[in-house]
Amino acid sequence: MTEGIAFYAIFFAAIFTNNILLTNYLGMCSFLAVSKEVKTAQGLGMAVIFVLAITSVLNWLAYHYILVPLNLTFLRFIVFIIIIAAFVQLIEMIIERISEKLYASLGIFLPLITVNCAILGVSLFMVIRNYTFVNSFFYGLGSGIGWALAIISMAGIREKMKKSRVPKGLAGAGMALIIAGIMALAFMGFSGMLNIT
Amino acid sequence: MGAFLIGVGAICGISTFLAVIIVVADSTIANYGDVKVTINDDKEVIVPGGRPLLASLMEQKIFIPSACGGKGSCGLCKLKVKSDIGDYLPTELPWMSEDEKKQNIRLSCQLKVKKDISIQIPEELFNVKEYLTEVVSLVDLTYDIKQVILRLIESAEITFRAGAYIQFEVPEYELTPEPVYRAYSMASQPSRKNEVELEIRLVPNGLCTTYVFEHLKAGDRVTINGPYGEFHLSDTDKDIVFIAGSSGMAPIKSILYDMLEKNIDRRARYFFGARAVRDLFLVDEMKELEKKFRNFKFIPALSEPLPEDNWMGETGLITEVLDRNLDSGDNIEAYLCGSPGMIDASIAVLTNKGVPEELIYYDKFA
Repeated sequence: MTEGIAFYAIFFAAIFTNNILLTNYLGMCSFLAVSKEVKTAQGLGMAVIFVLAITSVLNWLAYHYILVPLNLTFLRFIVFIIIIAAFVQLIEMIIERISEKLYASLGIFLPLITVNCAILGVSLFMVIRNYTFVNSFFYGLGSGIGWALAIISMAGIREKMKKSRVPKGLAGAGMALIIAGIMALAFMGFSGMLNIT
Repeated sequence: MGAFLIGVGAICGISTFLAVIIVVADSTIANYGDVKVTINDDKEVIVPGGRPLLASLMEQKIFIPSACGGKGSCGLCKLKVKSDIGDYLPTELPWMSEDEKKQNIRLSCQLKVKKDISIQIPEELFNVKEYLTEVVSLVDLTYDIKQVILRLIESAEITFRAGAYIQFEVPEYELTPEPVYRAYSMASQPSRKNEVELEIRLVPNGLCTTYVFEHLKAGDRVTINGPYGEFHLSDTDKDIVFIAGSSGMAPIKSILYDMLEKNIDRRARYFFGARAVRDLFLVDEMKELEKKFRNFKFIPALSEPLPEDNWMGETGLITEVLDRNLDSGDNIEAYLCGSPGMIDASIAVLTNKGVPEELIYYDKFA
């Protein structure tokens, strides 16, 4: 395991220099589809933070205590996906039960992110990079915050852009991709501050 | 071999473990017991909790109109909720006007019933029932419009006002993995209690129309539910202007035959828009009606008559023909059925002539 890296370094790197969305372009589909309004983007962002933080830990446990001892690390893709899907399902039921408000603002987004590739991506990176348990948690949390930051800024930009005159052929997804590219360039300004790969 | 077995075993083990957790959670956390739905302060039904209101009501054979089948994409299944059930869901908001929010109108397909709830629905929806029917005949009225006659099975009877529509259940077939519902106006008049006549126009790749045109045969069973709709002749003495295009013929035909049977002898003119002669249908029936009524005129208008049509009647867009034939909007009530474009353009002409907007009734289909 890579001991040298402090958890806070991983945490901040996951938000800024190694933003999962803007440097790895993972989680792009919901990023483009649900970034039309800041309010919905916030809801989805919160759901991603929550799910990423928990599933990275669950998958770390499953990987190191089930797959590694049994020599089954090649099965990590399918196991991670099953765990993420089951966990999201469970959380959705619980949220729906305990809080109407939380369900309305967060719960209905959960099914949307079960299949979000950023969630699986974080679990796979954590394995590839040999993070410890604590580091995995902070990596998941940081990636979630980074993803939320990106989608909320994107939604802010798109809300403002409703009034601007976008060339017809670029309206919608085309323009969104261009904005995402410019945002990625801006985030590259952070690189060099930290490096965790 | 060993690794293979361990792999399969591990996946099965993990999946089973998680499945058990989900099943347990489903029957404990997601189990809301039975809840009571009070309808119009009068009728009470008990339904299992945790399911969407629309589906729960449908199981109780109370049919709220819905075109998308509960996916929250048509915005039709609105109803008024009188008890407190929390804030609007983000999936409901796009369909709600400020006025509706004040009245606590909700989208019933998105609402999950978790506790006792009191709702208000229009009385006539109680009249809405599901009917099993048999296809009696399928006739090509034009190259793209079919007349479908369905007979209600077991001599059931449907009670409705002329101009109403039903929903046609398309069973699963190669274009759809689950049943879908599409709305069609009834062309038959209310006195034909035992059958329903529809006029269905082929929409390329339409889920329902493809089914009707390519799969449906005489003798097949079809499930419908209804009647629905607010498109009815009002009870006044004003002169009537009917305007329809294509399969918009259906509700107007129903209203006309109903008027004939009830001896309603108001002055009526019926403008029917089509492209060419090959798009006209039921012209003989309409000519027959002209003889039976003292004061009814059927005015078909062709926008692009073909040379071989030898068309002697009105030509031009329906709006132009309407403009030429209608001197003033005094004492006039208008009933429109057709595409949104045609309806909007006709409303503009009518209001221009002085017909008040509240006397223009229409049934738009997309």
